[in-house]
Amino acid sequence: MATTMAKALNTALADALAADERVVVFGEDVGQLGGVFRITDGLQARFGEDRCFDTPLAEAGIVGFAVGLAMSGLRPVVEMQFDAFAYPAFEQIASHVAKLRNRTRGALSVPIVIRVPYAGGIGGVEHHCDSSEAYYAHTPGLKVVTPATVEDAYSLLREAIDDPDPVVFMEPKKLYFGSADAQLPTRTEPFGRAVVRRPGRDATLVAYGPAVPVALEAAEAAREEGWDLEVVDVRTIVPFDDATITASVRRTGRCVVIQEAPGFAGVGAEIAARVQERCFHALHAPVLRVAGLDIPYPAPMLEHTHLPGVDRVLDAVARLQWDDQPDARWAAA
Amino acid sequence: MTTTPQAVRRASPRTRRAATPPDPARPLLPDAEPVRLLDPTGTPLPARTDYPEPPVEALRELYRRMVLGRRFDTQATALTKQGRLAVYPSSRGQEACQVAAVLAVRDTDWVFPTYRESMALVARGIDPVEVLTLLRGDWHCGYDPTEVRTAPQCTPLATQCVHAAGLAHGEAYQGRDTVALAFIGDGATSEGDFHEGINFAAVFKAPVVYFVQNNRYAISVPLSRQTAAPSLAYKGVGYGVPSEQVDGNDPVAVLAVLTRAVAHARAGNGPFLVEAHTYRMEPHTNADDASRYRDGAEVDAWRDRDPLVRLETYLRARGVLDDAAVAEIAEQAEAYAADLRARMNEQPSVDPLSLFDHVYAEPTPQLVEQREQVRAELAAASDEDGKA
Repeated sequence: MATTMAKALNTALADALAADERVVVFGEDVGQLGGVFRITDGLQARFGEDRCFDTPLAEAGIVGFAVGLAMSGLRPVVEMQFDAFAYPAFEQIASHVAKLRNRTRGALSVPIVIRVPYAGGIGGVEHHCDSSEAYYAHTPGLKVVTPATVEDAYSLLREAIDDPDPVVFMEPKKLYFGSADAQLPTRTEPFGRAVVRRPGRDATLVAYGPAVPVALEAAEAAREEGWDLEVVDVRTIVPFDDATITASVRRTGRCVVIQEAPGFAGVGAEIAARVQERCFHALHAPVLRVAGLDIPYPAPMLEHTHLPGVDRVLDAVARLQWDDQPDARWAAA
Repeated sequence: MTTTPQAVRRASPRTRRAATPPDPARPLLPDAEPVRLLDPTGTPLPARTDYPEPPVEALRELYRRMVLGRRFDTQATALTKQGRLAVYPSSRGQEACQVAAVLAVRDTDWVFPTYRESMALVARGIDPVEVLTLLRGDWHCGYDPTEVRTAPQCTPLATQCVHAAGLAHGEAYQGRDTVALAFIGDGATSEGDFHEGINFAAVFKAPVVYFVQNNRYAISVPLSRQTAAPSLAYKGVGYGVPSEQVDGNDPVAVLAVLTRAVAHARAGNGPFLVEAHTYRMEPHTNADDASRYRDGAEVDAWRDRDPLVRLETYLRARGVLDDAAVAEIAEQAEAYAADLRARMNEQPSVDPLSLFDHVYAEPTPQLVEQREQVRAELAAASDEDGKA
């Protein structure tokens, strides 16, 4: 049955609320309105104002409130309305959500899910399109998850709500309303597993979230150039699956990492480093990155210049030392 | 603190509202003057019907724990000078606030302290060694928060104000009448999380008492740089939260006001804000030099308002405390300090491999690798030691 990612997320929340009375869902506009992206549509009507409710417009307050609720034994799921609007909550996330288990030697845990609609490609005005995953991935104590498929959206969100640790659940906005055949409820691979979305022999494209469809499209286009590309979907940035990615690159000998966030000091840089450490003797070329430009997220009419697209991915694939010649890009350096 | 789904008992919003008696006598704005039941010499002032004097047994216990608290504080400062603590933020001079606050709540209530609440935590009955773990540096939080219903000592300012609101709301949601007591200082009332916390508590009618100890300085920055409000207690009115100010060096008044505030919250009336006017007699921590920002005359003036002397004078005048009782309590305090000294002089054991134990419920593969690396490093170092 054709289902959108938005509907899959909504169903996951509803099923979690039905399965466990400790689960509460709250944030800005998530009640009667059903969220600006309608991810919480109908939940308040079905489960009541006690279990799905609007809060004051204060993101640190929302996350801090969730900490207290979790301390009382509940399972809060909060919505940050947009990526950049989550920044006021960063102190609560980095200093408390991520650290409480460790600070208390495991006596206190705060199993909170922080849902963050993120990334661009939707023509959003400024402060609505940031790729903020690196901030969270760089904070020990958090799990950071980002689905790229409808079934993963359902399954990973259910797993996040059941997880004993806090999870930052990054939802690629541009994938919300794409639909795919999916049978819900479903359980896909658990946290900590990357998945090969498309097998291939010549090179591995590693991507997550909004970059996965770009990678798949690029792999399809690359067939015309004679390259058979494998696509790996990271799915859970933390915990990270070195094994699946390492195995893929050892098979193909070449790797391009794709992310929408600015490249400098990003998750892609970490992945490239890990691949190089683990696959050095299998590599025929340096691991390349295709990322967003190192600029503040641009205005809507310029976002396509910023976003990594199929052409940029194919350009990178072309530079994977097929002729064993120095990369022209670094000739001047 | 795990609760099974079956154990979640919810009071519907309607039930909770119906069970909520109004508190019509309680205006939002605080009195223009701080509530005071003893004058600075310890002489009782006219009784107040809105803040009845606590029972004499409670006042004797307050005195006893204040004496213990001050002795603990002195001992902690000494341990810092001996290198046993990395740093210690003293609350000397604030004994009335520190001790009365924890006496005003039940053991089943939750307390949200800052780093300056060591004295309050030992007054709550938490093992002083566990209270000082954070400052000794063998771990962060030394006690089990779920066991003593006390959050870790909070060093990021005001962030605990929102946790208290959430905890209190979650407890009410599950049908329990728990009150959350959140400590905060004057400087931290400038932080956004103070405002967000008190606003969330007000909107959700969460049973929280916000207790501001206004000790006049945020490290070096005086109160005049924190607010232009007539008093910090005025910060409640904008959120619809009733507020009161109290002489923080009058132990009888602090206990009376907080007792009422806790009752207000427990009865379902929502949060209550109390500002206590007090003074930090010592520098911010042992690492601070207070002479750079305040003069000795100011400190001396506050010495004359010592809360312990005030309470002792009053209890003696009422005939419920005599030389023998004072001596006995002093003896208890010495024994308490001696025990603390002895235990703090033992070198705590720390295990580097435990660094990986509580980052997540289960370590990630990356943490397992790093743990193995550290284990190998330790083993190699141990072999080296063995050869040497």
